[in-house]
Amino acid sequence: MNILNLLIFVPLLAATAILLGTSARRTALGASVLNLILSLIALSQYQPGGDRFQFLSVATILPDLDLKYFVGADGLSLLMILLTAIVTLAAVWVSPRVERMEKQFYACVLFIAAGAMGAFASLDLFFFYAFHELALIPTFLMIGIWGSGDRHAAAWKITIYLAVGSFILLVGLIGLYLAVPETQRTFDLTKLMLPGMVKNISASAHWIYPILLTGFGILISLFPFHTWAPDAYASAPAPVAMLHAGVLKKFGLYGLLRVALPLMPDAAREWSDLLLVLLVGNVLYVGLATIAQKRLDLMLGYSSVMHMGYIFLGIASFNFIGLSGAALLMFAHGLAIAALFALTGQLRDRTGTVRFSELGGLAKPAPVLGFLFALAAFASIGLPGFANFSSEILVLFGAFGAQVSKLVPVSGNPIAPPPTFTHFQVATVCALWGVVISAVYMLRGFRAVFLGELDKRWAKIPDLARTIRWPVILLLATLMLGGFIPRFFLKFVQPTFEIFAPR
Amino acid sequence: MFSPISLEAAVVVLGLFLLLFEAFSTEPDKSRIAWLGIAGLGTILVLSFFTQAPENAAWMRFYTADPLAMFFKRFALVTTIIVLVMALEYRGVVTKFIFGVSPQSGLGEFFALPVLTCAGLMWMASAIDFTLIFVSVELVTISFYVLVAYMRRNTASLEAGVKYLILGALSTGFFVYGITWIFGVTGETNLDLIAAAIPHLEGSKVPLLFGFMLVIVALGFKIAAAPFQLWVPDVYQGAPTPITAFLSVGSKAAGFVVLIRLVNTFMDVPLVREKVVGTMFVLAALTLIYGNLAALPQTNLKRLLAYSSIAHAGYLLVAAASFGATGARDAIAFYLAGYLLMTLLTFLVMIVVANRTGGDDIAHFAGLSRRSPWLAFAMLVAMASLAGIPFTVGFFGKFFVFVAAYKQHQYLLIGIGLITVASGFYYYLKVVRAMYWDAPADDSRIHAQPFTNAIIATLVALIFVLGVYPRPIFDLLKVKPLMTKFALR
Repeated sequence: MNILNLLIFVPLLAATAILLGTSARRTALGASVLNLILSLIALSQYQPGGDRFQFLSVATILPDLDLKYFVGADGLSLLMILLTAIVTLAAVWVSPRVERMEKQFYACVLFIAAGAMGAFASLDLFFFYAFHELALIPTFLMIGIWGSGDRHAAAWKITIYLAVGSFILLVGLIGLYLAVPETQRTFDLTKLMLPGMVKNISASAHWIYPILLTGFGILISLFPFHTWAPDAYASAPAPVAMLHAGVLKKFGLYGLLRVALPLMPDAAREWSDLLLVLLVGNVLYVGLATIAQKRLDLMLGYSSVMHMGYIFLGIASFNFIGLSGAALLMFAHGLAIAALFALTGQLRDRTGTVRFSELGGLAKPAPVLGFLFALAAFASIGLPGFANFSSEILVLFGAFGAQVSKLVPVSGNPIAPPPTFTHFQVATVCALWGVVISAVYMLRGFRAVFLGELDKRWAKIPDLARTIRWPVILLLATLMLGGFIPRFFLKFVQPTFEIFAPR
Repeated sequence: MFSPISLEAAVVVLGLFLLLFEAFSTEPDKSRIAWLGIAGLGTILVLSFFTQAPENAAWMRFYTADPLAMFFKRFALVTTIIVLVMALEYRGVVTKFIFGVSPQSGLGEFFALPVLTCAGLMWMASAIDFTLIFVSVELVTISFYVLVAYMRRNTASLEAGVKYLILGALSTGFFVYGITWIFGVTGETNLDLIAAAIPHLEGSKVPLLFGFMLVIVALGFKIAAAPFQLWVPDVYQGAPTPITAFLSVGSKAAGFVVLIRLVNTFMDVPLVREKVVGTMFVLAALTLIYGNLAALPQTNLKRLLAYSSIAHAGYLLVAAASFGATGARDAIAFYLAGYLLMTLLTFLVMIVVANRTGGDDIAHFAGLSRRSPWLAFAMLVAMASLAGIPFTVGFFGKFFVFVAAYKQHQYLLIGIGLITVASGFYYYLKVVRAMYWDAPADDSRIHAQPFTNAIIATLVALIFVLGVYPRPIFDLLKVKPLMTKFALR
């Protein structure tokens, strides 16, 4: 059986089995370990020099519309699939004891994972979209049932916000489908990527692109559509926050890289100035908002929104270096934020609060928790040695060097060389301040929670249990691998972006 | 092979037989009648696949057996079967509000009348002449007058009956008046002949369009389109729940078949077509906005479903306003098929739950996930499908509708769709919230009867299967009702 199909159906079947009565936690753990192994096998079998998309599998659904179930993966998809597998495993692993409706809890986690897998593996626009939406109801249920704080309001907010974003995205995708002459209409991404098709699309691309950008942007929490994210992540149970901030948010970015840029390159360039303004909003405005947060969970929620700005910068740069950096940063950010949310969840289980004013000195009773949190925080800031650093460097270099004249227009319209200081360079310099900002809030957050005076209430809290350390170590080790040998991951994604390489 | 017209005949005979059985049988258990009805309708459903329309029969002037008609005949049969299953679950409530001589008196007709309504729905699906359209619409409407007010000691049911009667009679008046105008202008009652006559009309098109508008008023009443929707919430809430489901699915679907045929009739001449499409646009926009926004604050599930029924009429009208795009007609048929599955599933679960919790407010569903995980899951699937989540049939329905709308450049309707889809998520998930977030009033388990459970499981499975693989519905709309392989000659 096709390995991508297995990756999608293993969690689905496991979720069904759990609902029908198998032992919830054990089944979920087994399925996610199996999925991690499968994704590693897929990664090792992938031939970077071979076909663009490998592991293809097709089943026709509606021949009249050329709509089919069509999966296949290139290096970029495989990296995202690996991210999904790792984060899912970690999320299942660190799940706390579920007091009520344990079956539904693990089934929901697995549904979210299956949806993400399916979205990253799909080469058909319809299923690409549909798989992503699979996460909507489980998220709603999980935040509402097992969340903390003002969970009901947060659940409504994320659900309605994402429903609206998805609908806008759907309208954009339908527009994309209808943009080509009637006889050639297809949902097949590989067909749409052909140069002739791209030319067909380019006539209406200049207004389909902003629709897609808005739709994806809402899903990614692009400034100013970001307000759903911090509240939802703060209220969500740790596994949902990990999967959502770590994986599902990457779907929107992946969509931009997979659908919007290759199919509408000229429109992407046309709208890049707007994107630059918004992403600087992400980095600076949301960054400053992050500093002002008084709770650890909200701070992490905002920080995950802020870091989207860098990935957008890489995407906007539209060149080989920037895009590769963006792809690697998607991977790195997913792992780092998952580790942070996992540890925050553990912390909340111990103290019942994540308010900075009530915490302090926790590194004394819980040194391992503190140490791992510090590592994850360093990764998130972008300290050398973690994949975040190597990818952010690529993004910043790529964006600074982004010269409009050197872009390779697929449809062949050369664009006049820019004036001395490009918008990209201005945006890059603004975004650079984000590094300082994230150092400020992460270190302040770390100090407030783990250093300083220890409140008597927390003197006896247990350290991280031995079994719970492993998933976090897995996340951090992968990050270090990407930090020391970025080539290990970059070699997979780079063939995807070769068409954007300067000629 | 049978003539398709024998299907309706068989349904009428079945209905009369059930009434006679009720009158003359000494059987005290009236649920026999429902089982007989279910079995009979099931047989007719199977037989519908072995029909062949004769060439040039005289009645073919009134009646068509094209795939669309056959599709909606089966649609009516399936709906009626499930309504009878609901009626079986609901019989306790009905007997409570009828004080008869014996414990089950009055139940027999409650099971038999829907079968006669079904015959009317099937004729509506086939009618291509205003006379047959009118007669079959009246057959449906009059049997609904009885059914809506069936629980005669229940004031809500009576109120619903009176409202439905008065507004139904009013819409009938509009209907006949509209038909006379169209007949007066074209000299025809057959839709094909009217379509042929329109291009040769001389002078003003206003009288023709005036007639069309009057007919649309009457149809708008049937399909619950704004601004003719005023009766819907009260009647839906007051009527016996199986009848609400029947109204909401059967009556609406049949209304849409007639609407499809009627709109098609006026599509040939650009000047007329423009006005017709414009009318559909206005209706669609009003219905979408009204249905969805009014559904937001509802706390009673039946009333919520009434507004949701209006909202879905809005989506269907979006497709009607996109007539001319390839696939708009199929989009309507597919949407209705999905609507049947998810709406009947909702009503079925609702009846089972309301039997135990004593009411159909959303609050009565609180904590259902702990009292019956299976029923809560079924309801979750129904709500997800109604809201339009992918991998359910409801999403494909909306998808095809919006593709058609996009093709016809109805961008304003798509923009309105943005608001309505978002509010849909809110009010359908309100039910999910009650079932999964809230604590139950008590922890006793809720079970459905085995046959009801089987129907629920079938509906859930179909929602998923058609949500991934919608082709069977389109195949049904394409194939001819002829199946030579099984020819019995």
